[in-house]
Amino acid sequence: MENKNNSKKYKNPFLNWIEYRLPIISYFQKEYGDYPMPKNANYFWSFGALLTICLVVMIISGIFLAMYYTPHIDMAFESTERIMRDVSYGWLIRYIHSNGASFFFIVVYVHMIRSMYYGSFKYPRELNWILGVFIYFIMMVTAFLGYTLPWGQMSYWAATVITNLFSAIPFVGDGIKTWLLGDYTVGNATLNRFFALHYVLPFVIFGVVALHVAAVHVHGSNNPAGIDVKEPKDTVKFYPYMLIKDTLAFCVFGIVISAVIFFGPNLMAEVDNYIPADPLVTPAHIVPNWYLAPFYAILRAVPDKLGGVLLMFAAIVILFIIPWLDRSKIRSCSFRPFYKWLMILFFINFFILGYVGLKPATGNYLIIARIGVLYYFCFLLIISPFMPRFEKSIILPESISDIYKKNK
Amino acid sequence: MNPAYYVLLVIIILIFLFLYVVSTYVWNKVVKQNAKVETMDSKEKSGERRDFLHISTLTIGAIGTATFMWPFIKSMNPAEDTLALGTTEVDISNIEAGQSITVKWRGKPVFIRKRTPVEIEEAKTTDISLLPDPEEDSDRVKKQDWLILVGVCTHLGCVPLGQKISDSKGDYNGWYCPCHGSHYDTSGRIRKGPAPDNLAVPPYKFINDTTVLIG
Repeated sequence: MENKNNSKKYKNPFLNWIEYRLPIISYFQKEYGDYPMPKNANYFWSFGALLTICLVVMIISGIFLAMYYTPHIDMAFESTERIMRDVSYGWLIRYIHSNGASFFFIVVYVHMIRSMYYGSFKYPRELNWILGVFIYFIMMVTAFLGYTLPWGQMSYWAATVITNLFSAIPFVGDGIKTWLLGDYTVGNATLNRFFALHYVLPFVIFGVVALHVAAVHVHGSNNPAGIDVKEPKDTVKFYPYMLIKDTLAFCVFGIVISAVIFFGPNLMAEVDNYIPADPLVTPAHIVPNWYLAPFYAILRAVPDKLGGVLLMFAAIVILFIIPWLDRSKIRSCSFRPFYKWLMILFFINFFILGYVGLKPATGNYLIIARIGVLYYFCFLLIISPFMPRFEKSIILPESISDIYKKNK
Repeated sequence: MNPAYYVLLVIIILIFLFLYVVSTYVWNKVVKQNAKVETMDSKEKSGERRDFLHISTLTIGAIGTATFMWPFIKSMNPAEDTLALGTTEVDISNIEAGQSITVKWRGKPVFIRKRTPVEIEEAKTTDISLLPDPEEDSDRVKKQDWLILVGVCTHLGCVPLGQKISDSKGDYNGWYCPCHGSHYDTSGRIRKGPAPDNLAVPPYKFINDTTVLIG
């Protein structure tokens, strides 16, 4: 076999010993050393690495929090406060975890926007996109479960509202809700299972992330021009170019997240969650976490219970089929002069929905939410599939290297 | 400030010193070689510069990782509320000579015995050269009458008998560990059996004649 010659390729005999039995060294060399990145990739391509770091930090800080947290309705709130007041650096670890969740979503939204704008989800990376949306979905579930754990007022009522969504299902709804809760209302059984699931789901995410990364490495990363890599000079090696770029991105990210953790740890938190859960009193104004708010706005925009729930889930499920909704062969929006602006409007619309989702569902807010929902689905179901028929795109460059020649 | 902070501080200072020394050394080398001649292979020159980058990046990364790890490691120490339970105040005014009480301190039993003159005499006159763990009785008590011990057998951690009147007190009128048969005397010193050391004396002080603070 050809491999036999390769079994002596490293100077260090220990590496050769490992390599011969488990070719993990050459695997890392190939995937993270010599891996060719399109040389026009911009800083948006660093957000995948940031997400991996976020996930690891969340898992580590979560494990340390679990050492002091007690998942029982009588002790959960006190144990959280004990972490904040008595445990050495408990405040830091908890703030890392709670703000880490917010930043995880900020980064994941940028990552998804990158992906949609530059058409990374198109052939041959459809499966990659599906895995990514799947990760996003588990992230939302995990974040919701985690939000319940401190057992403050917001925790309790968020859990109540979200689990009540399932009661909208005809005939079996109430049965499913009771089965999910393990009680007639959100109670100790609910808190226990939410804790168990919140602990395990991040590891599921970790597994899917491994698949997601493996999948992107098959056909290589997309790039801002959205054209295929044609020759080696279109690319640079991952090490050192991309590694150092990702490191710089991480440093900037670290500064931003540290600033929030140390100087504004409750910027993205709800004050009502510092009141212990009380099943007899609902807070005047229940709000979801900001990162789930767009879907909450969609839920409330519909005046019908079942309709709202269906539309909300549809808004998530529709993300899975985006690769088949956008019919255009051109990946990057940079070469689609009109569609580009509609796409940007879609992103803005998503965050307006989020803003509206945090406000009371009355008056103008309700009207804005309805217009937002309309555009959300119009864009994905009408504009994306039919735009390519009407739009005249800008001529694509021949190759990635060509882009740089023209500039000179 | 506890000692761990000083250790961390010293480590960080050492890392910075290391970084400074290494970077100065490499930088000087790079400057010297650049100044030498142009005959230098440009590839080799960039190799030197890259060494500098590698080492400084890795060092900064190591400092960052260490600083990040520190709060996590520290968080596993006993929390403040646990530390607050580290001392126990005991009222000893009701104890008659010859009686013992057991109190809980840091999750462990502490024996407080008011000794009789006979017991004190026994403890004082023992020839300590014959003991497995020689210690004078005067080194083990602050006031002759009061013997305060951590009630955990130094062999494998059982709680010795001898606190109740009905208990077996062993061959030396002190305590007797039922697990593996260690005998302790009226000063809590090991006399017979597998235990290697005397019963430990916890840190304590008499706040006044009737109150003792353990811990």
